[in-house]
Order: sequence, then structure tokens, then C-alpha cells
Amino acid sequence: MSNLSLINLTKKYGRVTAVSRLNLEVENRKVTVLLGPTAAGKTTTLRCIAGLEKPQAGDIFIDGERINDLPPKDRDVAFVFQNFSLYPRYTVFENIASPLRIRNISKDDIEKNVKRVAHMLHIDHLLERKPIFISGGEMQRVAIARALVRNPRVFLLDEPLTNLDAKIREETRTELKRLQNETGATFFYATPDQIDALSIGDRIVIINEGHVIQVGSPYEIYHQPANLFVADFVGSPAMNFLPAVFSENGMIDVGPNLMKIQLPIEKTQLCRQYLSAREIIIGIRPEDITLSQEKTATSFSAQVEVIEPLGMSQIIRLKMNSISIRVRSEGISELTVDSSIHFTMKEKKIHIFDKNSEKRIA
Amino acid sequence: MSSVTVDRLYKKYGKVEAVKEVSFVVEEGEFTVLLGPSGCGKTTTLRCIAGLEIPNGGTIKFDDEDVTNLSPAARNIAFVFQLYALYPHLSVYDNIAFPLRAEKLAKEEVKKQTEEVLKLLQIEDVQNMKPRKLTSGQKQRVALGRAIVRRPRVFLLDEPLSNIDAKLREMTRAELKRLQKTIGATTLYVTHDQVEAMTMADKIVVMNFGDIQQIGTPYEVYHYPANLFVARFIGSPGMNFISGKIITELGKVLIELPGQLKAGLSVKQQDALSQSNQSRDVVLGVRPEDVKVFPQEETLYPAEVYVFEPLGVQNIVTLKIADTLIKATLPGDVFLQIGEKVSVSFREIRIFDKQSEKLIA
Repeated sequence: MSNLSLINLTKKYGRVTAVSRLNLEVENRKVTVLLGPTAAGKTTTLRCIAGLEKPQAGDIFIDGERINDLPPKDRDVAFVFQNFSLYPRYTVFENIASPLRIRNISKDDIEKNVKRVAHMLHIDHLLERKPIFISGGEMQRVAIARALVRNPRVFLLDEPLTNLDAKIREETRTELKRLQNETGATFFYATPDQIDALSIGDRIVIINEGHVIQVGSPYEIYHQPANLFVADFVGSPAMNFLPAVFSENGMIDVGPNLMKIQLPIEKTQLCRQYLSAREIIIGIRPEDITLSQEKTATSFSAQVEVIEPLGMSQIIRLKMNSISIRVRSEGISELTVDSSIHFTMKEKKIHIFDKNSEKRIA
Repeated sequence: MSSVTVDRLYKKYGKVEAVKEVSFVVEEGEFTVLLGPSGCGKTTTLRCIAGLEIPNGGTIKFDDEDVTNLSPAARNIAFVFQLYALYPHLSVYDNIAFPLRAEKLAKEEVKKQTEEVLKLLQIEDVQNMKPRKLTSGQKQRVALGRAIVRRPRVFLLDEPLSNIDAKLREMTRAELKRLQKTIGATTLYVTHDQVEAMTMADKIVVMNFGDIQQIGTPYEVYHYPANLFVARFIGSPGMNFISGKIITELGKVLIELPGQLKAGLSVKQQDALSQSNQSRDVVLGVRPEDVKVFPQEETLYPAEVYVFEPLGVQNIVTLKIADTLIKATLPGDVFLQIGEKVSVSFREIRIFDKQSEKLIA
């Protein structure tokens, strides 16, 4: 298993640039996730690596070997598509075995390998069935098994879980992660779903409109988003964003004239150093706001507008004059709609974005 | 607005029973959600109430009036398929006035009623704008405004949020819930998405295979699921299930689990199970947030980390306990490694009968 790198990869379709000077590394034996909205360039990137598209510029290396000019079959990568297709007339066993059959592998080895991956994906009991007799979730596992049965240098997975319903998706994701960990395979995994990305990725590459926006661990992406786009894209319920004005002494005026908040000293210093203007956007995640019935020195008051129970937690929407704020609270509360409530933002968890550049400053 | 009473509603297509004697009530002004997987009969039920399907049995009443055999037009319902379907070339005002003009109401009356709705939904200041200039929240208000201006007795919504992206859906959900209460609309909402049901409903009717599985508040269906189907369907990540047997030890009723583990029960649960046969097969259910994970300790269940999934706000760990996989949610700042040995205890548990799959304690 190996290291994949893309250098200045560029792919245009007519006048539309799908991928623009993309640079990234896929680490050996790790899961690298390519996360971005629809049409961000994810699928194009994977197709270039697989050799299904020819980029106009840039280099693709696997283990230091430039593979741009190799035909797809010689690149030794496996591709799992979003819209998987199985051979309907073959059994599950034959479907999984098909990539091995064309490679002149002994019958015993084929059987051993098919059984090994089928076991890992919990589809051993389906091996004799035809695809029409298994469920959608099982079909996708067969498609994944068919890719995993070989030992390619890199696995390219293009939204492999998108067409599955919520429960099966969750289960398959867990199994996929376990399997990668057991086999030490190198995964390059494209998805528009931030939950998929956070949960399966060792590293996440966020792209939008063909450009890399941020590269980091799930923790970094969530806690230190590079800009407003990432902050808004990752996390559910989404981060709250409020307009504010920064003063040199570290006091921020949110609203304006709604809330005055004193920033911690480290954040104040970063703001002084890097802000391009005094106008800022502050971001705070719903779980970093606490509610209380009592007023405190640092609390503000608001109206409870909507309560959305999720079972183990709930989302409370507060209204404060013209602004609306989402709060996530654990457990069950005694709140009622339209009642007044006090809330406090954890100052250390406030993100400061430059209004002009939209970059995160502190 | 009216209440809706569905009594032993029955509908079949050929030999297939789509809805099997289903009964429930939507109180006036209440937000009721019909929840279930595809093919469970929820949409058929809704279509019978709308008058788009004629049931083979049972009755449907709006208040005390039997509407079972009325035509859709005579029922005075608003059936909303998609919240964003507005006429793009008409202003907000004209979009809302449209149904009134179609009914050939007097000009004065159209003006009066349209203005009332604009005011109620707080969209007076955008009344001259075209839909494409509006925010998503405003569009939704206009779509609802157009539906309520005719003063329907009931709102029927069939998966109205299924075609919009996740971020927008989240916002729309809260807006819709707020608006429903503002206008006091009797609402019956069909969805397969348990999050939508939990977050919006006053009352949830859970359906499967044409039958009602449970009727309850979001709190009730989440914390006291009537059977394994409901327990499995509601909540994400889903409830964990472990097979076990009822035993009595030193006068205490316990659940014996695989790997010689034993689960204790609350006094109330022990009472409920005290008459049960020894060795009765049961299923123990525990929600991921009720699985507590500790550093290794002898008195608790031993477990091994099978998969660890960080989700930002919280982390999900899949644990192997005596060959059973279960999930636990952890705070966002607790990290575990695959293969790590830990100990586990359960907070709240639920006990289901293995055969009937019903909640017994």
C-alpha cells in the first residue's frame, strides 16, 4: 500500500474548470477524505487518478512513480462507485471473485480471499445468492468487497454510502473503518457528507469549486476551521454566525449594540495582529453556548423561539431582537416556548473571522 | 381549523393490505407526524384523509363531520407537497392572493384576506418582491401563506423537506414548527425521517406494515419505545440490543447476558419482571448515550474498542462486549484507540420480550 500525490492537477471540461491546480497527498495506510459540496471537483479528481479522465495539466504519483500515462488497468487502483453495479447473473461469490478471475489466480486463493473479505463485511451468508435476492445495503457491501478482494495500491471510494438509508449507512461506515484499520489499506474517500468525513477520515481535505480550502485532522477541521466556508459546512446543527465590531482592548460589540463580550487575551492579540478591519464575524457552535434560568455577569437574555428534541439532546432556537441563535443542550429541560432565558457563550470557543477575507483569525 | 379522527381505516390494493384498521386522532391545532419506513402505509393514510384514495373500510371525521366519502375539493384541506413551489413571475402578494382570485372572490375580500395573512406571517415588507429575491425562510412563509389563505380545516404535508439539502432542511424544520404554532394549524405530516418527527411533532404515530406501532410524544417514543421496531427506528446512532435471559439471584431480578455478564434493573423494572418465568428470553436495549465508558475496572463489563468515530460535537465508539457490538456516545474531547481495553456500565436500560418484541420493563 502506498503514497499517492497530486501536483497541480488541473482538469477542464470545455470552458468549465472542474479541478484547478490541486495539490494533495494521500498517506500510506490511512483514510484521506475529500470533502466538499456537489460539483466541488471530488469525482473528477478520483476519475483522474483512476485514469478514467485525462487531466490537462499536473502530475499524479503513486509510490513516486508518475502514472499519468499509464492505462487504467495498469495503475493498480480499485474504484468503488456511488452507483455500484453487480453482475446480475453471477452469485455474490462470483461477483466478488471477478477481479481475481481475470488475473489468473489459483482457485484456492480466490476462495480464500473472497471468504476473507465477505467475512469482514458480514456477507458470508449471502455468497450463494444472486444480487436480486439481497438488499441495497448488502449490494453495496458486495461492491465494496469486490474492490477489497484485490490488494491494490490505493482504494478510490466515490460516495460509497450515499445511496444507503440512514441506519445501514451508519453500520456500513463503521465496518468500513474497521476493515481499513485491519487491512492497513490506503483509502481516498470522496463524500459531500461532513459526518461521513469526520467519522471515517484520518485526514480531511476540504475542496470547493476545484480548490483545496483546508487540510487537517477531523479535530482541526471542526475546532479550527480555516474560514467561514469550512465553519459553516462542518457541524450539525451549524455554527452560529453573528456580525460584530472589534475594539483594541479585546471587547467585541455583537449586533451591533446587542452584546458586549470580552475576548480572552490570546484571541485579542491575534485579532490586533491579523485583522484587516474592525468589522468581524463571530462564530460559535451550538454546544458552546450554555443556558441558565439565572442571570450572571456574562450572560445575555433572549426568548425561546423553538425547541427541537432529538432524544438525547435538544436544539433550542433563541431570538434576541432580530438575531436568532441555536443552542444544543443535553438531556431534557423544562423550557417552554416564548419564555425568557439567559445564555452564556464560552469565550474561549468564540471563533473570530475577518469580514473581508472570511478567514479565521482567532 | 378542525380536529381529525381516523377510525379503523382500512385500505387494500388488490390483495395487498396497505393500511390495516388504523385509528388515531389529530387534535385541533396539533402537529402530528406519521412516521415509518417506505411501504408502511403512511402516505396511503394521508391520501385517504385528503380524499385522493377511497378507503375499503373505516371512517374519517373532521370535528364531528364524517368526510369519508366527500370529494377532495369538498373537504377543504390544504395538501402541501413542496414548500418552495411558488409562481416565479408573481409577487409575494399575488402568490398568496392567487387561490382567492381563483375562487372569484370580490376584490375587497381578496385584499382583506391577503393582507391578514401577510401580517400573520410577518412578510408585509416583502409583499411586492418576486420569489427569487426572497430568503428560504421567506419563501416558505409565502408557500404556507398561500395554503392558509383559503382557511383550510387541516394541513396535510407529504415529506415536504425531502428534496432540500441538509443545512436548509434544518433551518426550515424550525421555521415550520414555529409557524405551525403561530397559525394554530391542525397539521398531519408524513415522513420517514425520525429526526424530523422528533424535532417537530407534538405527537408521533409510528407505523410499519400498515399497522400502528406506537402513538406518543417524542419523549415517549424515544424513552419508552413500545417494541423493538420503534426502538430501532427512533434515535441515531440507534439503540443497542443484547440478547439475555431473566434470572433471580439473592432475591434480585437480573438479566443474564452473554459472557457471564449480568445487568441490574431498577426496582420498578424488577417488579414488572418478578412474575416472569426464569430463563425467559429477552432483549436488553440501551441507548448509546446511556453506555458509560471508563478506564479498565474489574467491577464493570470488560470491552474493547472496535471502531472510533469522531463527530466533532461528540464521538461515537463501537465496543465489543462478549462478541456483541454496541455503540456509545462520548464527549467531543474524549478520544480512544482501536483495540484499547475499557470498561463499560449501563445507565438506563429497557427490556423487551424476545418473542413478542414488546417492551416489558
